[in-house]
Amino acid sequence: MVNIEKEKKDNIHIIRVSGEVDAGSSIHLDNAFKEGMEAGESHIAVDLTNLAYISSAGLGVFVSYLDEFELKKIKLVLFGVQETVRQVFDILGLEKLITIAESEEQAIEKLNG
Amino acid sequence: MTSKLKIRLAFLGALINWLLFSASNIYLLFIESYEMKVQLADFIPQLFFTGFVISTFIYYRYVISKADTLNFTDLLWKVFITGLITTLISLGIRFFFTVFASSSIVESPLTVNFFYNILIGLVIVYMVSTLVVWKRLILYQKSKNLLQFWGFFEIALLLSLAYDFLELELFGTNFNIGLIVLSCFSLILAFNLKWIAYLNFKQKWKGILFILLSAIYLYHFFLNLDDFRATGALVMDLMDSVFFLGLLGFLFLYAGISILVTLFNLPTSSVFERKLKEAIDFQKLSQSIPRGETIDQTYEILLESSMSAVFADAAWIEVKEEDGIFQSIRNLKEAQIDKIKSQVKSGTIKDILSLNFDKDHSPSRLTDSLKDSKYKSIIALPIHVQQKQIGYIVMLNEVPEAFNREMVNIITTFVNQTSISLENLSLIKESLENERYKEQLKIAKNVQKSLLPGEVSMGSNIEIDAFAMAADEVGGDYYDVLEIGKDKYGLIIADVSGKGTSAAFQMAQMKGVFHSLASQKLSPSQFNIQANTALSNCLERSSFITATYFDIDANKKTIEFSRAGHCPTLMFCSETNETKYLESEGMGLGIVRNSSYKKYVHSTTLSYNQGDTMLLYTDGITEAKNEKGEQFGDDRLKDSFKSHAKKAPTQIKEAIKRDLAKFTGEVTIDDDYTMVVVKFNTNNDG
Repeated sequence: MVNIEKEKKDNIHIIRVSGEVDAGSSIHLDNAFKEGMEAGESHIAVDLTNLAYISSAGLGVFVSYLDEFELKKIKLVLFGVQETVRQVFDILGLEKLITIAESEEQAIEKLNG
Repeated sequence: MTSKLKIRLAFLGALINWLLFSASNIYLLFIESYEMKVQLADFIPQLFFTGFVISTFIYYRYVISKADTLNFTDLLWKVFITGLITTLISLGIRFFFTVFASSSIVESPLTVNFFYNILIGLVIVYMVSTLVVWKRLILYQKSKNLLQFWGFFEIALLLSLAYDFLELELFGTNFNIGLIVLSCFSLILAFNLKWIAYLNFKQKWKGILFILLSAIYLYHFFLNLDDFRATGALVMDLMDSVFFLGLLGFLFLYAGISILVTLFNLPTSSVFERKLKEAIDFQKLSQSIPRGETIDQTYEILLESSMSAVFADAAWIEVKEEDGIFQSIRNLKEAQIDKIKSQVKSGTIKDILSLNFDKDHSPSRLTDSLKDSKYKSIIALPIHVQQKQIGYIVMLNEVPEAFNREMVNIITTFVNQTSISLENLSLIKESLENERYKEQLKIAKNVQKSLLPGEVSMGSNIEIDAFAMAADEVGGDYYDVLEIGKDKYGLIIADVSGKGTSAAFQMAQMKGVFHSLASQKLSPSQFNIQANTALSNCLERSSFITATYFDIDANKKTIEFSRAGHCPTLMFCSETNETKYLESEGMGLGIVRNSSYKKYVHSTTLSYNQGDTMLLYTDGITEAKNEKGEQFGDDRLKDSFKSHAKKAPTQIKEAIKRDLAKFTGEVTIDDDYTMVVVKFNTNNDG
């Protein structure tokens, strides 16, 4: 249901999520974050260009890392968020807590800035 | 007709026929000796004789076939007893002739014929009863062909009775033809001896004895009849009958062949008995667990069965169980076991003995010879359950090379059967456990149902209806209403992230939070701030709850609400006939777990007019998908609500449900979904 690819661009760890994240597949997203954190990444960009749907359990993954990222000064930026997914983030209020960029370039800019 | 009646009638028929047969015979004698003028056809005695034979046959057929449970030796015993009685009577007749040998009375044709008739009766009774028993034996394990063939034989016997009306010359051409036909039948039938295989050693000896005695009776009768024949005074001589000679031949032949075959089967009967015992042991194993015996008892049965199947001198079994190791030993001491374990050379057997053998095995690898030990041969077999070795069984014999492949195969089937029984047992346990979980979930479902308000009301001026549906047995959606003052109501809709059991527990917490905070008459903003604090302490880090809290004042006709990350409420305005989402800022509960949450809380106040209608819902509705994977979405929900908004809340609810079902079609909604419809000022005086 969900496909996750990881990529390293300079100092930025990019996680590309495609498909759908629901209660069953949210564990993969969680693992990707955990691995990134354990590898000591401090700049994480999440590409949601091909993410069609995210359930509340999937949002829970983002929520669960908020405190830890802040504590460890890890920067997180999402980009390529589709309108429907964006709406879900907005309704929940997550857009106030997570930086959302329009494009990959902008995301890298924000992470480096 | 009941069979009891049939037996009585047949008996009566036989008796009457025999009496008439005897009477007509004697009568004929009178006619002959006194040259009386009264005529009696010669065939009359033969007619009654035929009637007598048939009645006797019918009688024995019912008597013997009625006793279905008779075993073979019992059947042979019956023949023996009938023979004994008839023979004793015939001996009595002989005795009479011996005693009065010098008297003229024995030379009188009348006396001779009188006793001869009695003898005929005895002989026919004995022969027919023996025929019926032979029939039972021959037709054991009957096939269609055999049954048919036996039918032909019976018809041939019947025809031979009719044939005898012709009074053929003894051993003339026609007589011989009849005899040859019957002999052919007899010869073919005489080789149906399958029943012998089912006798054990002792029964075989008994069988031989009884059949031998039966044959001796027959021979005795034959001699007796021959003696009478020698007198030359007989009106009707049984020895001239094709039927009699044919039947006698058949009875003798079958007895002779049975005796020979039983004799030759004697040495192998122990093998057959052993096979039978293996089959029974096998059955015992497969039934031991369903019968309610414990697993340990099953292992004992396995050990015993295997030992007797391969003539083992000693054996042991070892199985790893949940609570330690089960071991059962026969004719061995534990110290010997350790010694044998160390003496084993074969790698396969070593693996088996250390419970390390999860592969398939070839039978040849499982046997080995031991040196420097009392026991010279060993078989070791692994016991597997679900492809994992859980134990093994070892058989020992003092004779070198005592075990062959055949024996390994037998124990393998025993072990396999045990494994199957064990696997079945664990499956049964699992399904019982599942049943229990289902039961628990059912209870949870009922408990959770009781957490949602059964019927909601907000006084006489506001009409409200609600509906909640869980994707699994239990769900994480929540709505509730609380009267917090005069004409003042607290209303909440909430959705726990995720679904299922964990969501259900958090929903219960939400209910607690709602009831404790709403009764404090907090403002909606304060409500959310406090709810966030309360839930932050008890929610898992990855869980959060979205909610919207409404403070409705029916007196002032105002709504104040604060949205905590929940889907925006749909509002239908009756004045403008417009429907819109009530947009406002907000954040889900449990996402920001410190005081900074305050920053994200907002509240909105609006006043309502008569006929205004509000739709609260959870994302299960907007995210419901159709076959193409499209979501129902905000717009469709808005349109649906708008088109029904003027109806009563219950009808609006049902109409939206219908629209939703039409959209999703066959696809089931895989999330909890909830709707609350609130209609203001429904009374007409406002």
